[in-house]
This record gives sequence, structure tokens and C-alpha cells, in this order.
Amino acid sequence: MTNLPLELINTCAALLLLLSFAMLSQRRVLTQVDLYAAQGLVLGVSILITAWNTHQPHLYYSAGLTLLLKVLVLPFILHRLIRRLDAIWETETLLNMPSVLLIGLLLVMFAFVLAQPISELATTLTRGTLGIALAVVMLAFLMMITRRKAVTQVVGFLAMENGLLFAAASTTYGMPMVVELGVGLDVLVGMFILGIFLFHIREQFESLDLSHLESLKED
Amino acid sequence: MGTVTLTAVLAQGTATVMAVLAAPLLLGWLNQCRAWLQNRSGPGLLQPYRQIRKLFHKDAVIASNASPLFRLVPYVELASMALAAAIIPTLWTRLPFAIAADSIALVGLFAMSRLFLALAAMDIGTAFGSLGARREMLVGFLAEPALLMVFFTTSLIAHSTSLPTIADGFAHQPFVLYPSLAFACVAFLMVLLAENARIPVDNPTTHLELTMIHEATVLEYSARHLALIEWSAALKLFNYVCIGLALFLPWGLAERPTDPTGLLLAVPALLLKLAVTGSGLALIETLNAKMRIFRAPEFLATAFLLAMLGLLVRLLLGS
Amino acid sequence: MAGTHTELLGAVDIGAGWLAIGLLGLLRPRGMAWVARILFPLGSLLGIALATAGILALSHGVETLILPFGLPELPFHLRLDALAAVFLILLGATAAGVSIFAAGYFRPGEGTAPGLLGLQYHVFLASMLFVVLADDALAFMMAWESMALSSYFLVTSQHRLPEIRKAGYLYLLVAHLGAAAIVLSFGVLQGGSWQFTFEAMRAAQLSPVSASVVFFLSLFGFGAKAGIVPLHVWLPEAHPAAPSPVSALMSGVMLEIAVYGLLRMNLDLLHGQVWWWGLVTLGLGLLTALYGVLFAAVQTDMKRLLAYSSIENIGIIFVGLGLTLIFRAFHLPAFAALALAATLYHCLNHAFAKSLLFLGTGSVLHATGERNLGRLGGLIHRMPWVAWLALVGTLAIAGIPPFNGFVSEWLLLQSFLFTPSIPHEFINMLLPLGAAGLTLAAALAAYLMVKFYGIIFLGQPREAKLAQAHDCGWLERIGLLWLAAGCVLLGIFPAQVLALISHATLELLHATTAPPLWHGLLFAPVSPERAAYSPALFLFGIAALVCLAMFIVRIAYHGRIRRAHPWGCGGFALTPRMQDTSEGFGQPIRQIFEPFFSMRRELPSPFDAAPHYRVQIEDRLWRWLYVPVVSMVQRIARATGAIQRGRISSYLLYSFVTLLVLLIWVL
Repeated sequence: MTNLPLELINTCAALLLLLSFAMLSQRRVLTQVDLYAAQGLVLGVSILITAWNTHQPHLYYSAGLTLLLKVLVLPFILHRLIRRLDAIWETETLLNMPSVLLIGLLLVMFAFVLAQPISELATTLTRGTLGIALAVVMLAFLMMITRRKAVTQVVGFLAMENGLLFAAASTTYGMPMVVELGVGLDVLVGMFILGIFLFHIREQFESLDLSHLESLKED
Repeated sequence: MGTVTLTAVLAQGTATVMAVLAAPLLLGWLNQCRAWLQNRSGPGLLQPYRQIRKLFHKDAVIASNASPLFRLVPYVELASMALAAAIIPTLWTRLPFAIAADSIALVGLFAMSRLFLALAAMDIGTAFGSLGARREMLVGFLAEPALLMVFFTTSLIAHSTSLPTIADGFAHQPFVLYPSLAFACVAFLMVLLAENARIPVDNPTTHLELTMIHEATVLEYSARHLALIEWSAALKLFNYVCIGLALFLPWGLAERPTDPTGLLLAVPALLLKLAVTGSGLALIETLNAKMRIFRAPEFLATAFLLAMLGLLVRLLLGS
Repeated sequence: MAGTHTELLGAVDIGAGWLAIGLLGLLRPRGMAWVARILFPLGSLLGIALATAGILALSHGVETLILPFGLPELPFHLRLDALAAVFLILLGATAAGVSIFAAGYFRPGEGTAPGLLGLQYHVFLASMLFVVLADDALAFMMAWESMALSSYFLVTSQHRLPEIRKAGYLYLLVAHLGAAAIVLSFGVLQGGSWQFTFEAMRAAQLSPVSASVVFFLSLFGFGAKAGIVPLHVWLPEAHPAAPSPVSALMSGVMLEIAVYGLLRMNLDLLHGQVWWWGLVTLGLGLLTALYGVLFAAVQTDMKRLLAYSSIENIGIIFVGLGLTLIFRAFHLPAFAALALAATLYHCLNHAFAKSLLFLGTGSVLHATGERNLGRLGGLIHRMPWVAWLALVGTLAIAGIPPFNGFVSEWLLLQSFLFTPSIPHEFINMLLPLGAAGLTLAAALAAYLMVKFYGIIFLGQPREAKLAQAHDCGWLERIGLLWLAAGCVLLGIFPAQVLALISHATLELLHATTAPPLWHGLLFAPVSPERAAYSPALFLFGIAALVCLAMFIVRIAYHGRIRRAHPWGCGGFALTPRMQDTSEGFGQPIRQIFEPFFSMRRELPSPFDAAPHYRVQIEDRLWRWLYVPVVSMVQRIARATGAIQRGRISSYLLYSFVTLLVLLIWVL
């Protein structure tokens, strides 16, 4: 049973990927936020397991921070934001769903190919998961690209950060505490700025549909 | 597989007969759970039996232009589902009949029953019949690859495509967590819902022809033919649930029927798992609304891609 | 090596016999009775003899023969090995069924005179036979070209129709492009020895680059004949144009002969071990399979539908071949043997099932005069023989167990399951995609076959004249029965068939699949723990359970059966027009894969008194590939037209200048 922690972390990685795909295929913004919270939970748990397994105390703080910020604070803010913006409608995708998912699948393969040489250099227990972390980042990017509504893009941005954090946690047992705090704060601040930005967009165009931004272009 | 003994064959035969007889009970339980969740009192566990009994006692009406194929199909449906029940490990894993079809052939068996149903639906030549056939095949052509990919993932783990061997490997070897199975499990659940005409893909209790998928294919059947088809649909649900249990929750399976302690554990374990899964399905059906027919391909394409993703994770992560 | 040459001599005699039968037809070129009732059945008997010779030859090792004629330096070499024997069985057995059907099929007054048609038909058969037997490049190419020419004449047998002439022209064009590529590939393959026997080519040492050139040339040449995307365009034109027995032979046998050529070239003659060859083949095969099946699903002409379905099956065969090449390149002969067995098995299956279906459509065409699916329907009542036998072919092509199509798909999927043992990350990642594509194509094939069968044979007749349709004659029934029996037997006794095929895998890859177990009742090509499938038990199980259910219902609930009008959800008058048309049945596929097709739709306006809906689907490849190529050729032609002065002295000047340039070059 020595490799149980490894299996658990692999399972967490797979769940993260699964949740990324779920977010990619989800049309409702509120569900997407819930999925984001679930992703945060899985991420926090995986960091906890790493911390417990490698006896690195700073990872416990990191896990606590993740759980607090991504499972409670950010989803709460997002929920409020969405209700205030009255943006509960279904988001539309630019491409049809199966094509988006197929592209996502190809991105996963690409991420694995990309991660292969790096993973072989890594010495940590959980190096196989780097590919998944990269894939989570790319899928979040894809989600931002294929959606029209601004709120989804915020969620995508946050999900991308999840992938980065997971990559850090799984390959190098986390970043130094200062960096981590900084990133966490960054995300929080970014969140507020984006929220303000969203309100401005809505005031300007009376909609959050980003295709309206095209009218800003000078011809 | 080991040697095939007469006791093994007899035990397997008995188990199959039991499965065929008990299958409507699962449907009854599912419907009862749904009723409870919706604050209704529900028709009771035995309602599917009453339905089948009522239908068997009626005189059959058959369209005047029905071909012999139309009358043959209900029997083929029941027979194929009964054969599937003989292949899927429900209580123990040393199944002598399992050599008839491995998991790939099992998918073929489901394809066969679907194809015959679609042909029978087209036989009368009504508008709804061909509509149902088309939709049934639409669901099928996306669900079948997804199911195959799920089986591929499990086969790669177990190094065998034989369903009992896979279940045996999962049930009787040291516990290992396979992340790829998480994907396979979600994909399988989606396929299960679609193939058994459950919400969100299809509504089994609908009376609105335009939204029907499965029901539209059997509109022209009556009396004992309809009874056979309903029975085989119940058996199909039972089979699918049992496949899911064998792949993803195989604990408690006995190794062979001659092992009484194993069986003593396996029977209550099976009942418990069926009850839990049934209520879980009822929960899913209550929480979701039926989706538009053109969302169904999207739903199934998602299942297919998830299953492929599971396969990828299996190959790349090695787990 | 040698021993007696019984089988090879027998096969050559059968070829000669076919040629003789063809020539005998010229004795009374308009005598329908003479050609159809006597010569075609004779040819059919020769087909059975050929299949027997093939089966015998499988276990007898290689036989070679040098015919006393040919070029002075290069007499015709013939060789009968296990690979050739497999294809002889395919050719003989399929031709037997098709010929006996053709005996009852051809009617006076349809296009080419029967005697001439008989000659072309039998030359076609004989040339396919010699393609398989040829052991030098010259004999091979002569047989190959006479196969192309005779089939061209057969396609254009109703040459008075302009669209048939056009289809024939397209076919001839693609066939010749392919043949040119094959000649070139032989040219490179001889490796500087200038020996054109296959023996010499086997021994030739090629540089990796020239080996790859040979591979691509042969893939192009044989792929053009087999109908691989993007060279498939002739298939859906030529197949509907040809008379049905000819379509059956072209689709069921000739496409497989092209596959034979590719197998001979890449597994026997060419010794490269480059893994990406396999990947290219596999990718092309996958593309072809999906392309074929999607286009088949939206067709409205039954023979075009079958033609596209043939493209799909060729794609599946190429997937198997690609997998074989990949496994071979990574030195995994046992798995390569499994994939090759799947490939060969699928060739056999497709030969039987597709011939059966093409012949079935021939009968329908004769009985109703309709090829358009939208005007057929309900023929199971009028033509029970054709309908029930075509059901066998339908199930076989749809890959439904326990019929034969399922066996090869099963084998192919099994070999896909061994791909993780390939020590190559990239391939490991790509191959699941391949397996997924394959399963998608196979599942779509079932959709397609339901459409095909349901619209033609089930439902209500869509036209009044269908009430006069009659079942086919007894000769045609024998032909259909023969092929249907082939489908069933290939499906139920896969272990025995695989034991025969494994002679070929042993010869080409020095590995076989596992021997039959339990007297062949259990089909376990690797090991019974790994994977087992017993179609006999499967069929027995289904049949026994059906009988049991019927028996119980009969004993317990023998209520009356009342015949009444179809219910149709509430008794409004039901007309045949309310059924799905073929466009309607293909609609979900059009909807889901919309970007894939180039569609033109005419939707009626809401105020239209006589609304009319039309949808036309075109191959995108026409616009993307063929139209640019054609316009480029025309531009080049126009440019070269500038030097055409029409004056004799200027042409003489051109020749003179060319001569001078050559002389200077030699200096």
C-alpha cells in the first residue's frame, strides 16, 4: 500500500481534468462557478495529500489558503457578482459543443506530449500529473476563447490559475510561501478588478456579450 | 475460464432465470424512488409486473401490413437481453456462459437488439415509427462507441476483454485506485441513461409522440408483444446497472457459485448495490429535465469524449 | 518449394476456362439463353473450383510456374502462395455466387449484347485471377490493366446514357493514374537490378528514401483502385452505373484485389520497417472509413449508398493494414499477425456481404425499375427471398454478431488493445483516437444499414407501381443464397477460417494467431483468458432463448391475434408519404456533421401551395482538390498551346532543337 498517496494524487489529477471538461461543456454560469469550487476543493485535497505525504509544513498553509480562497471566498463573490449582474442566462459557445470538446481532447494530448520531457527530469513522486496540470491550464484557456460572455471568462481565468497551482504543487512541492500568498492575493485583487470591469462593460453596452466590444474597433 | 462443470452451468442458468424474473423489480424500485422524491406515494414495487401481466392477458392487435419480422422482434429483444444477463457477472465471476461473448461482443449484442427494434419500428410504415427508429439509431451510434471506449479502458487495466475476468481482477486483487476509471464511470453513466431511454435523454413515461425516442419505436406493439418488449427494456436496465456494478463497484462478488460463504456475502451486497444505484438513478432523473432532442447528440458526444479521455489517461498516466 | 503444381496449374486452367467461356459467348452474341443459361453457370462452377483450389493450396506451400510466353527476356512468372490463395478463395467463392445470379439477371435489350457482355465479364474474372497469381511486374501489370479495361467496358455497358459514359470516363482516368503510379513503384522497387520478377524485387536492397517512395507510389496506385479518400470519387459514380452483378464484383472483389496488391507490395516485396508508413495508412484508412460512412448515410440512391459503404469498408481494411505495418515495424510479429488476420478477414467479409447487397439491389432494380430510396418501400411482402437474404447482408455489413462483419471488427479492436505494448509514446497516444474513430465508423454503419434496409424493404410501398414487384428467379435466389450462406458461415466458424488465414500470416510475418480451441467452437485468437468469443454458442443461445420464449408464450398466453389498420397514434388516415424518406432518415447525420458536407438546400416558403424540399449534397473534395487540379491542368494546357502553331515546319523545328539539345547533353 506504499503507493496509495500517489494513486490518490493521480485520482485528484484525473478529477481536476474531469472537472475542467465539465466546465468546458457547461452552459450555465452558476454551475460553472460551482464546478470551479469543486475544482478548488479537489486541488486543496491534493495539496493536503502531498503535504501529508512529504511532511512539508508550508504545504498545509497552502492547502488551507486554497480551500479558503477557492472553495469559499471566490465562489461566494462570483455568485454575488453574477446575481448582481443578473447574468444567470446560459452562455453561448462560438463553436458547437462536440467540436469544443474534441479540441479539448487534442489539447490534452498535446499537453501530455509537452510535459513528457519535463516530467522525466522531475524527481518528485507525482511527476506524471504535470501533463494534467498543463491540460487544465489549456482547457481553461479554451473555455475563455470559446465563450462570448464576460463572466465565463473570469471563471476561465480563475480555473487557469488552478492549473498553475496544481502544476507547482505536483512538480516542485509548491512554491515558496511568499509567492503563493502573492499569487493568492493577486487572484483576489484580479477578481475585484474584473468585477468592476464587468460592471463597466454592462453599463456601457447594457450587456455582457463580448461581441459588443467589436464595435470599439476603429475602422 | 477453467473447466466447465455441470453444476456451474446449472447455477449460471438458475442465476440467469432469476435475473430475467427479477429485472422488473429494479425498474419498480427506480420508479418508486422517483415517486418518493417527487412527493408522490408511487405505484409500488410490483407495478412493472402488474403491467406485464395485464399486457399478457390481452388479445394482440397487429397492423395488417406487418411482416413476420415485426412479430419476431419482441422475442429477439428478450432473448438478446437474457443472453446478455447470462454473460454479465452479477453474483460470482466464474461464468461458464461468458465465453459466448466478451465485452466487445456484448456491445455487439446490444447493437443487435437496437437494430432489430429499429427495423421493427420501420416495418409498419407509420410516421412515428420511422421517426423513432431514426432517433433510436441516432442515440445508438453515439452511445455504442462510448460504451466500447469504456470497455477498452477497463480491458487495458485487466488485460482481458472478458467481462467476468475484468470484474474478477477488480474484485479480488489488492485495491488500486484507477483515475481513468473515474472518466469511464461518468461516461458509462451517461451511456446508461441514454441507452435505457431515461431522463435527460428520453422520458420513459412520456405520452407526447414528438418528443419520444424509445417509446416511438414500440408504438405499434400491443398485448404480449408489448409485454415482451417492456420486459426486455427492464432487463436491459438491469443489465446495464449490473455491468456498471461489475466494472466500478465489483466488491462483494463471489468467485464461484459453489462457495457458500461468498454467496452469502454476494447476494446481500448485490441487493444493496442495486438499491443504492436505483435510488441514485432516480435522483439523477429527478434533478434533471429532459433535454431537447438535438442536445442528445451533444450529451452522447460528451460521453464518448470522456470515455476516450479515460483511455488516454490510462495510457499516459499508466493508471 | 516445388512438389506437384496441381493447384497452381488448376488455377491457371480455371483462368483459361473463364477466357474460353467468354470467347464461346461470341459464337452467339445475341443468344441470351446460350450465354446466360449455359455459360454463366459454367463460369460459376469454375469459381467454386477455384475456391477449392485456393483452400487446398493454403496448406501446400509455395508453387511457382513459368509460362512459355511473354517477353523474350521475361516470360510470365506465376506463383501461388498462401496470400494469393486467400484471395483466390475470395475471388472464386464470390464469383461463383455472382455468376449464378448473373445467369438469371441479364435481360435482353439492355445495353451491350449478352455475348459481348459475357466476354467482358469473364475476361474481368480471369484478369483478376492473374493479378493474384502474377509473379513478375510485367504479368502483374498486364493483368492489372486488362482488369481495368474489362471493368471499364462493363461499367459502360449501357453506354447510350451520357452520365454512364461520364462515370466510365472518370473511372478509367483514376484507374490509369493509379496504374501509372504502380508501374513507377515497380520501377523503383527493382533497385537497379533491372530484374522485374518479384523474386528479384524481394532480394533488392533499397535505400530508406527509395523504399518510402515505393511505399507512397504503391499506396497511391492501389489506393486509387481501392477507393481511398481522396481518390474515391470514381466509386460512387461507377457503381451505380454498372449492372448489379458487375457492381457486386467490382465492389466485392476488385477493391479487395487492390488491397491484395498493396499487401503483396508492402508485406512481401518491400522490406522497409518504417513505423510511420503504418501510421499514414492507418490515418488514411480512418479518414476513408469515416468519410465513406458519413456520405453513405446521406445518400438517396441505393447503389450510391452501397458504394460509399464500400469506401467505408475499404477504410477499415486500410486501418487493419496500417496497424499490421506499425506492429511489424516495432517487431511485434504476433500482434501484427492478429491485425493482418483481421484485415484479410474483413476482405473476405466485405466480398461476401457487399456482393450480396449489390445483387439484392439488382433484383430490386429489376423488379421495380427504381434506384431511388425515396420511391421504394415495403418490398419484404413482395420480394420475400430478396428481402430476407438481404437482411443477412445488412446485418453483416452493420457488424452485428453472430454474422461475419462483426468477427473482423472484433479482431481489429482486439489488435488495437495490444497497442500499449508499442514502445513509442506518440503512437501510444494516437492509437486510442484510431480505435475511437473505428468504433464510430462501425456504429454509423449500423445506422446506415438500418436506413438502407428499412427504407427499401420495410414500411409501406411509397409508389403504386411497387405492388407489381415480383420476387427474383430461382437462379438469382441460388446466387443470393450462396453469398448469404457465406456470410453466415464466416460469422459462425471464425476459428476455422482464421486457421486458414493464418497460413498467410505465417508466410508474411512468420507468426500466427493461436490455434482453434474446443474443435473451433471457441474463437480465441490470442488466449481464452485474454479474449474469447463463441459465435456458435452465441447464435445457439439466441435461437434457443427465442424458441423458449415463443414456446412459453404459446403455452401460457395464446390470446387471439387480430389484424387491423396500423394505429399510428390515433387513427388518422395513414399514407405512405408520412414515412421517413431517405433524406429524412439521414437528417440527424446531416445535422450533426453539418460542416462536413457541402449542402445546398431548397426550403419551401410558408406560403407555397405546393411545397417542395430538396437537399443536395456534394463532396467537398471536388471543390477543394479536383477542381483546382483540373483548372491547373487546363492552365498548363493553355500555356503549352502557345507553341502550337499548326505549321509543319515549326513542328520540325521543335524536333530538331530537341535532338540538338539531347546531343549537346550527351557531349
